[in-house]
Order: sequence, then C-alpha cells, then structure tokens
Amino acid sequence: MLHTVNKSPFEKNSLQTCLRLSQPGSSILLIEDGIYGALKGSDAAANITEHMQERRFYVLGPDLKARGIDKSRLIDGIEIVDYDGFVKLAVEEPKVQSWM
Amino acid sequence: MTIEVSGKSYETDEEGYLANLSDWNLELAEAMAKEDGCDLTENHWEVVNFLREYYDEYQIAPAVRVLTKAIGKRLGKDKGNSKYLYELFPYGPAKQACKYAGLPKPTGCV
Amino acid sequence: MSDQEASQTSGVIKKFLYVNRRAPHGSNYAQEGLEVALIGAAFEQDVAMAYIDDGVFQLKTDQDTSEIGTKNFSPTYRALGDYDVKKIYVERESLEKRGLTQDDLMPLVYEDEDDDWEEKPMINLVTAAELQDIIEQSDVVLNF
Repeated sequence: MLHTVNKSPFEKNSLQTCLRLSQPGSSILLIEDGIYGALKGSDAAANITEHMQERRFYVLGPDLKARGIDKSRLIDGIEIVDYDGFVKLAVEEPKVQSWM
Repeated sequence: MTIEVSGKSYETDEEGYLANLSDWNLELAEAMAKEDGCDLTENHWEVVNFLREYYDEYQIAPAVRVLTKAIGKRLGKDKGNSKYLYELFPYGPAKQACKYAGLPKPTGCV
Repeated sequence: MSDQEASQTSGVIKKFLYVNRRAPHGSNYAQEGLEVALIGAAFEQDVAMAYIDDGVFQLKTDQDTSEIGTKNFSPTYRALGDYDVKKIYVERESLEKRGLTQDDLMPLVYEDEDDDWEEKPMINLVTAAELQDIIEQSDVVLNF
C-alpha cells in the first residue's frame, strides 16, 4: 500500500500516525509540507530512520525544490520522485492512503 | 473588465489593473495612460520601467513611500520626491504607474 | 487608502510584531502574513517580524516554486528592508529542532539611510527567553 503524508511532522502528527498504522512493506511518500519529515538531523528524523528497514520512503522532488531543501539534506536512503514517479507508485500499489 | 488595444482584448480588474502580468506590452501601457488622459513621456517610462524591474526582483509592487525612496536612490534626489512623482502621475505615483506597468495594485494600498 | 494618504499618515507609531509560525507553501498564512506586515510598514509603523516553529522555513534559501505552479513569494522577503522593517527575529530553538542553521536562511539586509546606505543584516537569532521579552515589549502582536 502507498501512504502519502502532506503535513509537517513539526506541526501535526500525521507522519507518526502513518508510521504507526502502516504495515511493514508499505511505501511512504512525503509530499507538500510532509517533505520536512525527510530532513536529516532534525528532531523528527527518528520517525523515519526507525522505520527505514521495513518501509520504503520517497519524497516528491518539486515540493523539495519549492521549499529550498537540497537532496543533500535528506535522511540517507530516501528516494526522490517526480510527478511521473508519484503516478507510477500510485499505479503499482493496490491502494493509496492519504494522511492529512 | 477588459481593455481593447489594436483589436485585442485584455482582462483587467475593476480598477483597470491588468489581470495577467504576462499580457503586458508597450502599446497596452500607452493605451491605459491615454484612457487616463496621460501621454507617456520619457520621464514616465523611467518610473514605469523601474516598477517592472522592481516587481521582477521582489514579486511585489512597492508602496509609494518605498517607490519614492528607491527612485531617489536610483535616479537621484530631484526625481525621488513626491512633488516630481505626483506631477508625472497625479492619481498617485505608485498606483497609476503600477497600472501602466501591468502590475497589481501596490502592496500597502488597501 | 490613496497614495497621498499613505505617504502622509502620521501620528502614533506603535510597535507591531508579526509572529509567523507556518511553513511557506502548504497554506496561505505565510504569504498573507508577509503582505499584511508590508502594509503595516507602509503606514510607517514600527514593524518587526518573528519566525518561530515551522515559520523558520519561510526564510529558507533557494525556494523555487516553478514546479508546483504557485507564486514564488520568497523574493518578497528581500523587500522588507525597503519598507523600513529592520528587525527579524528567528527563534534559535525552532531552527535547531529542524536541523537548520543560520546559513540556511536568506541573508536579508536593510540599507541604513543614516549610515551612507550601508547594508546591515536584519536577521537576529534569539532564544525563547529573549523572544519572551520581545513579545512582551510589543504593542500589537499579530499571528500568522
């Protein structure tokens, strides 16, 4: 299943809840303000690093660019996708759950 | 609202400010000025062009006080004062010149 | 208000503090907070900006919205100095929590009219304790 998160982890607990309620093997795509969850060295980084083994993490490139976050600032192992990549992920997975 | 220039029609807001910045051209600026009974001279263009550059750099139309100060810095004190600018643009230098420059109404005018 | 009125507004000058707590592109708060602050500054009020929580992301360098199809208002922060806003407070704790440092923020400056138009930095990193005093000392605090 593909889970998308579009809220900042510093403002809402959408990312935490997504990680608590998504099964191992899920794909997690961070979009819009959700991309701040991918920042290396932040207080929220542990959310992702603790789940890195059993989930795949993606961030939407255009949303990173809009917010001025360079790929060098991301937690290692997170993959950047463009809009086509987003569509591909959504098609590959049987269901999409949006955490807002 | 719309304004017609050379058989083409351009969308504006209710106060005559151009709806789409990218629609702007010289002829359109002159037509807008003409509607207000104003002939654009070189001195007018100096201000209009300055505003377009300002918008390009900061993504806003400056308020009159900001415009006056910035013009003074760029073109000298004899031009960076209210008297000079109001003579050129009697309806208000920021408001009127921004209109001809195809910009939205200045930030600071409500 | 007309240009004339705007340029002639005088009288009581109050200390306004605009507190910005939202990230820039996920909602309209950031852009609106900035515009309202500029309007306030055009009325010749004493305007200061505070960026805390996700608001610190508003000042991040290199923002480019060309691929998400929204207006890039990031350059407008550089106009704050032209509007005579000279004080921007960024809460140190908020930056650190997000793994950011001052180098991640746009180097905003104002030109000091009284000092031969010398460019001076506007951003002050302050602690929560310092920000408490700044909020306390403001006449009007507006939140975005």
